Amino acid sequence: MIKEKTKLAIASTTSIQNSGLFDILIPTYEKSTKYNVKVEVIAVGTGKAIRLAKKGGADLLFVHDPFREEKFVAEGYGVNRRPVMHNSFVIIGIAKDPADIKEAKNAVEAFELIAETGSPFVSRGDDSGTNIKELDLWEDAGINPKGKGWYFEAGAKMGDTLLMADQKKAYTLSDMGTFLNYEQKIDLKILFQDDPMLKNQYSIIAINPDRFPNVKYREAMDFIAFVTSNEGQLLIANYKKNGVNLFYPDAVPSVMTKTNRREKNET
Amino acid sequence: MDFIIEGFRKAFILILNLDAELLGIILLSLKVSGTALLIAALIGIPLSAVIGLKNFPAKGFIISLMNTFMGLPPVVVGLFIFMLLSRAGPFGFMELLYTPSAMIIAQTILAFPIVASLCHSAIVGVNPIIKQASMTLGATPFQVAITIIKEARYGIMSGVIAALGRLMAEVGAILIVGGNIAGYTRVMTTTIAMETGKGDFELALALGIILLTISLFINAVLYFIQKKGIVKK
Repeated sequence: MIKEKTKLAIASTTSIQNSGLFDILIPTYEKSTKYNVKVEVIAVGTGKAIRLAKKGGADLLFVHDPFREEKFVAEGYGVNRRPVMHNSFVIIGIAKDPADIKEAKNAVEAFELIAETGSPFVSRGDDSGTNIKELDLWEDAGINPKGKGWYFEAGAKMGDTLLMADQKKAYTLSDMGTFLNYEQKIDLKILFQDDPMLKNQYSIIAINPDRFPNVKYREAMDFIAFVTSNEGQLLIANYKKNGVNLFYPDAVPSVMTKTNRREKNET
Repeated sequence: MDFIIEGFRKAFILILNLDAELLGIILLSLKVSGTALLIAALIGIPLSAVIGLKNFPAKGFIISLMNTFMGLPPVVVGLFIFMLLSRAGPFGFMELLYTPSAMIIAQTILAFPIVASLCHSAIVGVNPIIKQASMTLGATPFQVAITIIKEARYGIMSGVIAALGRLMAEVGAILIVGGNIAGYTRVMTTTIAMETGKGDFELALALGIILLTISLFINAVLYFIQKKGIVKK
């Protein structure tokens, strides 16, 4: 007799969903686990994912906003937060680069230059992890861009924001994965990257079973064990788009060097 | 259930406080839809009078076309205007995409067939004796048209207000061409769509209540006008 599958709900972000990583991770997990589970991803912005998880609407939270994640755990909503992977944010703009941010020493200076020259900038403006990171950078620069004539709050997903920035010949902050997906459709280029400030850290958290007794805690912990295991981390390290890595594993970072070494040997 | 009650409670607090952001969103909605309606009416009413009073080839075809376009899907209009106004499109040089002007253009296109078609019906419905009488009294064709428009005023006003109702409720076209930019192209319907997506129901509910109140008001006026028209006849 086939037992009905347990549903394991992950509240996560559109950026992981759009990258296609779940399509690799989840089938492998479902095959390898000893539990009879069906994983369901609820892909929304980080802000909404956290709110959803706070209402007990998911078994796991897989997002990218370290500050709010720590708060989530501290307030007793989640347990066992584990860093899974990271990639980076990039500052995108037209090749002409009117604010000259290519010459900036760091991301905060790049934002200062955009503000000083009054160059158009499109913000997600939707409470997403990317939006939070962008607002942090403005705060570090000591600039309040809201209401300025050059600052456009789109209230939209990353893809729509990139299209709007393209039309407005504006700068914007994007995660690497989504930008690579849209690169062919738009005229914008990566103008600034490789700053530790632009690190985009993804972590996974189990929802606290003490607070929400109905969550599938054992299965949730099993999924965390999988994505932070050698096997899960290797899947992340090997996941590429147009030959570019979308994510870098953080739970077992050494798998990355192993894959790179193997590639070097092959070529 | 709790979150629905809580949502309504917070929504009413927002409406009572009516902060600058909320007020700005409401005013922009009224400005965009009002301007579009005005343009559509200024072109649509005279045109419907010409179509209604003159005979010319392809008249039947034009009337059918107007009736068909009454049901234009807003997203299709949005897509079309987006392509025309985007940087690669023929009017890209005007840099109108993601501006209130683009929203007004899209809504004018949506309102125009409704105004023209309903006004045409009203003008055709005027008793032909009036046309004959004014011609017998020596009126010029322009004076005849004015007399008939005056006679059909209740029907025309109904048409204009029906179009306003559609514009106020519309989200597909203005979201595509306006881009829902905060404080610039963000109106009631696009805010509701966005806030619901974010999981913030309070502002969405508050705007929903205001939008319904405005619709109710518009329809009450429409009912009043139609009733007056019937009594008069």
